[in-house]
Amino acid sequence: MAFPHRPDAPELPDFSMLKRLARDQLIYLLEQLPGKKDLFIEADLMSPLDRIANVSILKQHEVDKLYKVENKPAVSSSEQLCFLVRPRIKNMRYVASLVNADKLAGRTRKYKVIFSPQKFHACEMVLEEEGVYGDVSCDEWAFSLLPLDVDLLSMELPEFFRDYFLEGDQRWINTVAQALHLLSTLYGPFPNCYGIGRCTKMSYELWRKLEEEEDGETKGRRPEIGHVFLLDRDVDFVTALCSQVVYEGLVDDTFRVKCGKWHLGEAGGGARSSAPGGLSQGVFNEIRNEHFSNVFGFLSQKARNLQAQYDRRRGMDIKQMKNFVSQELKGLKQEHRLLSVHIGACESIMKKKTKQDFQELIKTEHALLEGFNIRESTSYIEEHIDRQVSPIESLRLMCLLSITENGEPLQPKTYGPEHLLTFSNLRRAGLLTEQAPGDTLTAVESKVSKLVTDKAAGKITDAFSSLAKRSNFRAISKKLNLVRRFRMDGEAVGVLGALPRACRHRRAGSGSTPADVTKEDKASSESLRLIMVVFLGGCTFSEISALRFLGREKGYRFIFLTTAVTNSARLMEAMSEVKA
Amino acid sequence: MNRTKVDEEEYWNSSKFKAFTFDDEDDELSQLKESKRAVNSLRDFVDDEDDDDLERVSWSGEPVGRRTRPGSFQSLSDALSDIPAKSYAPELGRPKGEYRDYSNDWSPSDTVRRLRKGKVCSLERFRSLQDKLQLLEEAVSMHDGNVITAVLIFLKRTLSKEILFRELEVRQVALRHLIHFLKEIGDQKLLLDLFRFLDRTEELALSHYREHLNIQDPEKRKEFLKTCIGLPFSAEDSAHIQDHYTLLERQIIIEANDRHLESAGQTEIFRKHPRKASILNMPLVTTLFYSCFYHYTEAEGTFSSPVNLKKTFKIPDKQYVLTALAARAKLRAWNDVDALFTTKNWLGYTKKRAPIGFHRVVEILHKNSAPVQVLQEYVNLVEDVDTKLNLATKFKCHDVVIDTCRDLKDRQQLLAYRSKVDKGSAEEEKIDAILNSSQIRWKN
Repeated sequence: MAFPHRPDAPELPDFSMLKRLARDQLIYLLEQLPGKKDLFIEADLMSPLDRIANVSILKQHEVDKLYKVENKPAVSSSEQLCFLVRPRIKNMRYVASLVNADKLAGRTRKYKVIFSPQKFHACEMVLEEEGVYGDVSCDEWAFSLLPLDVDLLSMELPEFFRDYFLEGDQRWINTVAQALHLLSTLYGPFPNCYGIGRCTKMSYELWRKLEEEEDGETKGRRPEIGHVFLLDRDVDFVTALCSQVVYEGLVDDTFRVKCGKWHLGEAGGGARSSAPGGLSQGVFNEIRNEHFSNVFGFLSQKARNLQAQYDRRRGMDIKQMKNFVSQELKGLKQEHRLLSVHIGACESIMKKKTKQDFQELIKTEHALLEGFNIRESTSYIEEHIDRQVSPIESLRLMCLLSITENGEPLQPKTYGPEHLLTFSNLRRAGLLTEQAPGDTLTAVESKVSKLVTDKAAGKITDAFSSLAKRSNFRAISKKLNLVRRFRMDGEAVGVLGALPRACRHRRAGSGSTPADVTKEDKASSESLRLIMVVFLGGCTFSEISALRFLGREKGYRFIFLTTAVTNSARLMEAMSEVKA
Repeated sequence: MNRTKVDEEEYWNSSKFKAFTFDDEDDELSQLKESKRAVNSLRDFVDDEDDDDLERVSWSGEPVGRRTRPGSFQSLSDALSDIPAKSYAPELGRPKGEYRDYSNDWSPSDTVRRLRKGKVCSLERFRSLQDKLQLLEEAVSMHDGNVITAVLIFLKRTLSKEILFRELEVRQVALRHLIHFLKEIGDQKLLLDLFRFLDRTEELALSHYREHLNIQDPEKRKEFLKTCIGLPFSAEDSAHIQDHYTLLERQIIIEANDRHLESAGQTEIFRKHPRKASILNMPLVTTLFYSCFYHYTEAEGTFSSPVNLKKTFKIPDKQYVLTALAARAKLRAWNDVDALFTTKNWLGYTKKRAPIGFHRVVEILHKNSAPVQVLQEYVNLVEDVDTKLNLATKFKCHDVVIDTCRDLKDRQQLLAYRSKVDKGSAEEEKIDAILNSSQIRWKN
């Protein structure tokens, strides 16, 4: 039922090394401040930190108390304070206010700031301005890759999306380049590299510069991963904006998966959506990539099987019972616990779906993707806005409509003034556009047809690069037959559908310079079937799931590197303007 | 200090440190040489870092001279080393390449490379505008936003804003980074100056408007919003800004009034349904709901009446009806719901109409636990027969199901439904009567 791997599937590299590296680096840094210390952690780093080094490890290295960096002033009595933060100006102001408060009170302590993944010059400037530069020591914890699953690496940088795609700030490009460099040092080199998008191009170029500077690291090594694809998020907003229908995606949409963990909330219980070494929790592994319609039935069946196994004990004698208790009971109990978590999750999801009128929602989305019934879809969306069920959902639908329809035919008057700033952000990021005159669908379609005359990879990317990204979704989609239905998950795959095809053709142009085709013969056929896809701006569980499925069908195996795991709600929230 | 791999590479590859070769002669001498050299190099390395310490100061000030090395140790190893330019004043004799580690000689591309590695560099020597711009260009071609911002911080400090703006106007990437940087450090004044210079009037307006999120006090926020009216927004946005101001103005009045009423304890609606939150800064639709909930019957003249809100903010019918329905349904005021949909035509006959589709009405009513009689009435008004049947079945509006099946002449469905109703109930009797009726030409 799951995606059992084909016997001939290539083996994945061992990414657990990345966690060990990160942990060792952190411990080294903590030990630079010997003695007892209090650790202040930024909220965004708490979950990743928990997966790298839990509280007991921290305590082993003389971390006394843990605090969260937040708006309230902190009261700590320790003589040594350590801050583990992202390189943000507001964090610097937080540290500075603490240090200055101490100074005012005539108190001096030791302060250390550990920046993750790196320090920014602007941060140092602020520390200097605030007069605390000489009082704090600064270090970098170059941890940028968190394995969330055997085939999923996350940089845990959700801010990447807004910083780059809205503000045009290239601050994280170095981080991406460093991450790629680390990966190629450990698992590389990568013989074939492809990419689409401006950010991709810049990251790639900076990465190559890094490789040049560190020449000699990877020469002569056998490549483990044969192909690397880099994609900008804005090459395909549509897939990210669609509702997710695979179980893991729905769990994320409903409960919000953070670093592979999620909680049911009041329903009680929680689960890890993935665990190190791919030892995903039993039943979850079997249902995570499944279309939701299959899941509940599957779980019910499992529950019945479980009950049957419990019932076996009725007919047992003492010896068998003893055996049962020692060998099987624990496993059964574990299975039972997990089952009840997932059944509970399903119930919550179903409740939310009926509330939202999920069926009609999906119908509307499919209509938008395929390009029929536009008027009906538009009025559905208008009604959705009117009902004020969920502003985030409505925004998402408007963006979906805007992108698939090549411009925004709706006039969102009923929203009132509070979303003015959000709308302006959405427009700047290209998620909402106004329909320019002359951009009717037929005109655009013929434009696209002239360019995309065959399905060779080069032409595909030519089409992408020469046409405005925002427009022409429908035309490109039709030409490349991108909207597919899969038996299992009925998911729209979007641009990603083109990936395996491109693998077999020559590498794509689109401004990304071809990588060194250094030792193509060295790359074994096995590694050539191992493809790493790098998402700059985030990717969704649905996309991961779809690629896993594709891989299984075509005989490839995908590794995912993303700046963060995202979903449509988070994309919309990233564009919202709450507090300045 | 975080000694990264890169640092070590640099240390080994820099021209300052001669590589050790094995073709040297005797072991002992070469061993001594080697260890001296190693210790010496280490010293240099440590010194190098210390020099960085000093150079940090120059971030805001003067170029700093080099710290002289402790002479004795150096000269001993110098004596033993193969370096041709032997000297006891190391600074003078060394080849120029060995000065490279000092900031005075770094080219723009070297500087940018150091910046990317997070090293502190003094940028002071880039004094001419040309040098500054070249530095910026190098930074931009490296693509690292951290470096671009670092250079911009320097330029902002050493150039007048007019010159800075003029140069950035034609450099889009750098410009974006400056804008984001100014937003982040909260230099609103310079940001607005920049937008004014670039004649980006709309962004200027939006940037100014965004500040309202930082103002907590409602009166102050209202005053601030007033200053936003008339800024160069787009036509559509201008209307929204005006609305935002007007809305907050009204909310302040309503809030003051209602708080007074609530504490006085005389008004029934507030006693029965105490307010959970203030209405201040709530969105327009929420305000409308609130008004339909607490002030439904008020005449148009008051600020808190729904009709007034509708008129002032030009709320479309659909939105209005939906919201009013939700509010009245919550209060179980079925008569009000009725009145909402009833219109009198010119002949004086009443008819029910809704701008939103009666299936939606039914859903909202059901959500608020409307009694079956009320539900039934509205289910009956659903136009699409299938939807009507579905809803009726879902909400157990027996009469509607029965009547619809009869109208559709669908005997099978009616039979099936018969098993769902209670035994001996009026509904069962009704079904039987219809089933037995000879007048109906059943289709199945």
